[in-house]
Amino acid sequence: MRVGIPRALLYYYYYPMWKVFFEELGAEAVISSQSTKGILAQGLKHAVDEVCLPVKLSFGHVLDLAGKVDYIFLPRIVSVEHRKYICPKFLGLPDMIRRLEGLPPLLDVEVDMYRKNWDLYQAIKETGSFFTNSRLKIWMAYHRSVQALHRYCRLLQLGLMPAEALAVLENKVKNEPLPYPADLNVAVIGHPYNIYDPYISMDLIRRLRAMGANVFTAEHIPEKILKSNASRLPKKLFWTLGQRMIGAAFHYLERPDVSGVVHVAAFACGPDSMTGELIERHARARRVPYLNLTLDEHTGEAGVVTRLEAFLDMVRWKKAGAVGI
Amino acid sequence: MRVTFPHMGNLYIPLKAMLQYLGVDVVVPPLSSKKTLTLGVKHGPEFACMPLKLNLGNFMEARELGADTIIMAGGCGPCRFGYYAQIENAILKDIAYEMQLIVLEPPEKHISELLVKIKRIAGQRSWWQVIQAIRFGYKKARAVDEVEMAAFQARPRELVAGATDAAYHEALALIDGASSLSELEFARENAGQIMAGVARDHNRPVLKIGVIGEIYTLLEPFSNQGLERHLGLLGALVDRSIYLSEWINDHLFLGLIKGLRSSKEACAAAAPYLRHFVGGHGQETVGSAVNYARAGYDGLIQVFPFTCMPEIVARSVLPDVGADYSIPLLTLIMDEHSGEAGMVTRLEAFMDLLAQRKESREACR
Ligand code: SF4
Ligand code: SF4
Repeated sequence: MRVGIPRALLYYYYYPMWKVFFEELGAEAVISSQSTKGILAQGLKHAVDEVCLPVKLSFGHVLDLAGKVDYIFLPRIVSVEHRKYICPKFLGLPDMIRRLEGLPPLLDVEVDMYRKNWDLYQAIKETGSFFTNSRLKIWMAYHRSVQALHRYCRLLQLGLMPAEALAVLENKVKNEPLPYPADLNVAVIGHPYNIYDPYISMDLIRRLRAMGANVFTAEHIPEKILKSNASRLPKKLFWTLGQRMIGAAFHYLERPDVSGVVHVAAFACGPDSMTGELIERHARARRVPYLNLTLDEHTGEAGVVTRLEAFLDMVRWKKAGAVGI
Repeated sequence: MRVTFPHMGNLYIPLKAMLQYLGVDVVVPPLSSKKTLTLGVKHGPEFACMPLKLNLGNFMEARELGADTIIMAGGCGPCRFGYYAQIENAILKDIAYEMQLIVLEPPEKHISELLVKIKRIAGQRSWWQVIQAIRFGYKKARAVDEVEMAAFQARPRELVAGATDAAYHEALALIDGASSLSELEFARENAGQIMAGVARDHNRPVLKIGVIGEIYTLLEPFSNQGLERHLGLLGALVDRSIYLSEWINDHLFLGLIKGLRSSKEACAAAAPYLRHFVGGHGQETVGSAVNYARAGYDGLIQVFPFTCMPEIVARSVLPDVGADYSIPLLTLIMDEHSGEAGMVTRLEAFMDLLAQRKESREACR
């Protein structure tokens, strides 16, 4: 059996886990193609205008899998931790997708850890039972998938980007020439599905590296540090990703070896409008160079490159102690 | 302590009543206006939803009138509302408009949590007085809703142009002015008579339209360009998926008062289309659409602020409701650039469409 996994949204956090889980159960995990203009165009065509870019793109990825797989794995991820949500759009995603025509059946189990006593394993069993009747097999698959996730997270915390960590996990590391030697560090803060998708982010991370900057993200920081930094807010945020972004931003804004922060927001993203505001106010108060990039389907690549260059120039002048900045 | 709060339609009438009953010094911000919005847009985050911007403007204007404390509701997600107060507070602080902030987080389990918070604001008052104050506020909310519903009935059939609007304002002022339960009872009766006194043409054909969507843009006429009023004037008998007292009952009293339409029913009706709550009133919007369609309404209008997340989810699945029940649906998205004239043109076109459909259907029978 072939299970399709859209290369979108929380793919960037959980793919290694999902893949191992399905493979252990004897299914083949198929990911949708890399994001392209064509995939986005499909998303734009089938989603209503008002939804944010990442959700439109996820429509495109789901459609890319149609006809290639027996099931599409599209869990309803309500919450992945106590008293926090992801985003209203994640809560409604399976309902928005189910209406599209020509899709194979969706595996849309609900993951809702908002309340403490909710049983994640129940959802695991429910998904596993599509593939096997053996409880032991499901349990083993779950166990191995969690191990894979831990390995992945460790690699990320060593400073790898998701694609690089996946390559290591799958023994596919290529011998690439090292990028230019970096002379400064910048933090890139944004939703994982925005900053790690090379198409949507206009290859932001690779470009920054090519311009001589080391790039740090939230995924490089242990959860504990993210949380303790985010807890400085007057009220706890109720968005998991928002909390991670705030925690990372506060952390990097205080690190002397980080010279600037790039905030990446999706056009019309609800949570970004709030967390972005908090981060920007904080950056201004600490006088750290800050760049906000808002991504939408019309963002031009040339404009982004110019802004990145100008930003890095500014960071370098400031580092060199130029007056007045 | 001079207390203010954000506007949301007629909310100020019951809220002011409750606070004054407890002897709190209240500053009602000037009604939301272009100026309010301009202030909010200037200082608020660009992509924040419009209610946040209007709240911010309300607070700045209230502060100019001497308010020093803000009371507002909180929330625990997933939509942005639960973090409004903190963002607004940070902004006010940065522009040297700092005020003290009291956030009424919604009770999680029991209404007593709300009582405790209100008692804190009220200071010296007894529990009995706190409960009486809440009852008084709630009764005002009911009275205000009755006037509003009466206006929805009268407007499409009024004989003298503007008669409904005049009666509506007169009736609201009566209710607003009542300062005790007995005065309120009297005002309510009078208000009812004033509304009933609007002369109407009972034979005029009307179209029934259900207005659904995000709570703030439903309840605050400034934020929806007077949508319901315009619909009425164009000959529509309007009903709205949620009224002030229903909202208070659902969110602050946890459905304690029986016999009102509740969000639970609406959510149940949403099922095949939207099977999970999505924050805000997204699921209610879909469920109410189903309920209106089943009740034989001629058309539906969904209204929400630009970038409103729960309503965007609802908007994504509503076309299926429209198709299954064959009911036309118009979506209106409000932001700081929306203009009244543009909206009225769209409403006129929509009403024409509904009228034609109705005619051709009746001809088929
Ligand atoms: S968090 Fe923002 S970008 Fe992500 S789904 Fe929600 S609105 Fe879209
Ligand atoms: S319901 Fe919509 S408009 Fe209201 S706070 Fe939430 S996102 Fe904003």
